Amino acid sequence: MLNKNIYLILIISLVFAISFWIGFNVDLLPAEASINAPIYDELFKILFITGLIIFIGMTIAVIYSLFKFRKRNDQIGDGIALEGNLSLEIVWTIIPSIIVLLIGLYSYNIYDRMGGMKELNHNHEMMSSNSEKIWAGISQTSDNEIAINNLSIEVSAMQFAFLFNYPKGNFISGELHVPVDQKVSMKMESKDVIHAFWVPEFRIKQDIIPGQPTILNFTPTKVGKYPIICAELCGPYHGGMRASIIVEEEADYNEWFNKNKKPEVNL
Amino acid sequence: MTISIDPQKTNNESLQPKGWLRYFSFSLDHKVIGIQYLVCGFLFYLIGGTLASAIRIELASPMSDFMPRDVYNQVLTLHGTIMIFLWIVPVVNGAFGNYLIPFYVGARDMAFPRLNAVAFWLIPPSGLMLVTSYFVEGAAQAGWTAYPPLSITTPQSGQIIWILSVLLLGGSSIFGGINFIATIIKLRRPGLKLMQLPMYCWAMLGTSLLVVLSTPVLAGTLILLSFDIIANTGFFNPVLGGNVVVYQHLFWFYSHPAVYIMVLPAFGLVSEILPVHARKPLFGYTTMVFSIMGIVVLGLVVWAHHMFTSGTPPWMRLFFTIATAFIAVPTGIKFFNWVATLWGGKISINSAMLFSCGFIINFVFGGITGVALAQVPFDIHVHDTYFVVAHFHYIVYGGTVFIIFSSIYHWFPKVTGKMLNEKLGILHFIITFIGFNLCFAPQHWLGLNGMPRRVAEYDPQFQFVNQISSLGALLMAISTIPFLINVFLSVRNGKNAGDNPWNALTPEWLTSSPPPVENWEGEAPLVKEPYGYGKEISEQK
Repeated sequence: MLNKNIYLILIISLVFAISFWIGFNVDLLPAEASINAPIYDELFKILFITGLIIFIGMTIAVIYSLFKFRKRNDQIGDGIALEGNLSLEIVWTIIPSIIVLLIGLYSYNIYDRMGGMKELNHNHEMMSSNSEKIWAGISQTSDNEIAINNLSIEVSAMQFAFLFNYPKGNFISGELHVPVDQKVSMKMESKDVIHAFWVPEFRIKQDIIPGQPTILNFTPTKVGKYPIICAELCGPYHGGMRASIIVEEEADYNEWFNKNKKPEVNL
Repeated sequence: MTISIDPQKTNNESLQPKGWLRYFSFSLDHKVIGIQYLVCGFLFYLIGGTLASAIRIELASPMSDFMPRDVYNQVLTLHGTIMIFLWIVPVVNGAFGNYLIPFYVGARDMAFPRLNAVAFWLIPPSGLMLVTSYFVEGAAQAGWTAYPPLSITTPQSGQIIWILSVLLLGGSSIFGGINFIATIIKLRRPGLKLMQLPMYCWAMLGTSLLVVLSTPVLAGTLILLSFDIIANTGFFNPVLGGNVVVYQHLFWFYSHPAVYIMVLPAFGLVSEILPVHARKPLFGYTTMVFSIMGIVVLGLVVWAHHMFTSGTPPWMRLFFTIATAFIAVPTGIKFFNWVATLWGGKISINSAMLFSCGFIINFVFGGITGVALAQVPFDIHVHDTYFVVAHFHYIVYGGTVFIIFSSIYHWFPKVTGKMLNEKLGILHFIITFIGFNLCFAPQHWLGLNGMPRRVAEYDPQFQFVNQISSLGALLMAISTIPFLINVFLSVRNGKNAGDNPWNALTPEWLTSSPPPVENWEGEAPLVKEPYGYGKEISEQK
């Protein structure tokens, strides 16, 4: 009996060890290029390791049972008439409940750190009235920061392109240029069908809906060029609906901005 | 109160065709209807599978070069619609439900045999309508979710035929659901208590409740959508002041429970198969019943987890995260109980058992990614990507379709009186299991790294992994060959099965194989312990 328990403990620790090793050494995610990304990857790691432990454990249990309890040729009759075990069943109700609850609370915490639970604070110069209803997106604007310092961009999506309007410079661009380490606040609206704004390296996504503005705030942390991908089926060329976000040093960004800037009185 | 049905001859029995012709007739026999559902569903599975192969061929290269882009969208729309509404839902509910439920409750037929036949005969015309809509003006191309405004702006005839077809199939599903509830509650043989029913009855009771509660919402939604398309109303059309997100709420109010309509019956079927081949009672009957009902209740209040990136307020995102994650608890109980059922048994390793164990492994994997997807911050990155495609197929293919095959291996001798060939069956399992995992496991990585779903073209960096996935799809397509050969050979020349080749204790085996028209020559047996393996009743056999 003692031997059996030692084997069980050994196997369980092995499952844990393998899961942790894989969780820490196998990188399944793209580069981290926004404040959100490392927070997301932290959650991913926890979910990945927990999932591996459960999956490997269950797989071993199934394969072991198939092997150990397979019917040998000389055997007749049935297995033991075991119809249940209340305490065991209570254990495997309570433990998963606790795991699920802990994961839920943890992901709430992650979501809060991403700014998901914040009051949506999109301080937009072009916004005409305060009563305009804006639907949720992720907001990273913290309370003690003055939102007006954010770079405000208006995104409009249509079949099959994104257009980025820089109200301060009074121009529209097909490429999204943003300075590194600075908060960007986007108000998005679609002109036809539902689209979505997704930057995998930023770990953010928000649908762009016709007739219903949505907002998305983020802070890029790494200079580079990343894809903007439409993630919501929007028609035949959905797969080709992409744009680029170019994260650059502030000086480079300003140069680009000033080159494209138009005088405000040209209407 | 229960009503017993006397073994009386129905008037029209003499009018019913005999032999294979009855499968093409408006038969009222629940067993004939069950087989009609199964074979019809399998034909549509072959069509849906062909469409899936076309998708995987297109995705073997990063460019959109195999078919025109709008045809690609039609193909993916039809693939989803056919697989869900014409293969999985009719087969796990209609086919096995009709065949088994009357046996399990000790009845001679379903409660409403005519309604039952109508429910089946709605399927072939709506399926044909859906498939042939391609030749009219192109089939629907807004995905099986048909989100407006895309579904309003794409060519109308295809979308309208799609709506009509899904409405008819939904109607068929509701008729079936009402029939199952009535049969399970009211047609039980005298002396048979609810808590003595085989687990599949409970699964079908829960599923049918979901069908009856949620399908009408889908029907209403699609009717409103069709008004928007034909009559230029503005329910969901933003140009006319409509709201597109309302459609998503209404759609997912049905379509999330639809996932349980697809997997709960599979949970029931596997609960019948494992005890027979492991020669052990089903572990934890009572907790299994409560976990089914728990899944039914929770399944109705989690729909908005499909909409975390739509316009949903933060509190709503949070509520649906917690509710969704908690479905893992009753589901987990069932999986632990199945493994405990295997534990200490005397397991025959045959095709039915292998497919069931494959189901456990695949579904646990899909369930884990499901709990991850329930977390809002996790979902925001992978929503609408290949990660979701992979998760979903682990649930409905790795889960339900594996159980459909397991069930076919298990009940084939019942239906035909012949055994299926075990060697071909095991070959079928091995190719399916490898092909399935090769096809869908890599898609998790694709989704995490930036490949959205429903695209005909993608970033060339994903080509290699997509080709692995397509190779897996090829294996899955090949795997149907040994299965079909096996079925055709065994129907003609299979080994004689006898009445009860597995020495099973559930009531459908306590009659001849194939069973007579009204199921039992005499009175229906009273089976109080359908899982009494290892006890006296079993030892006597």
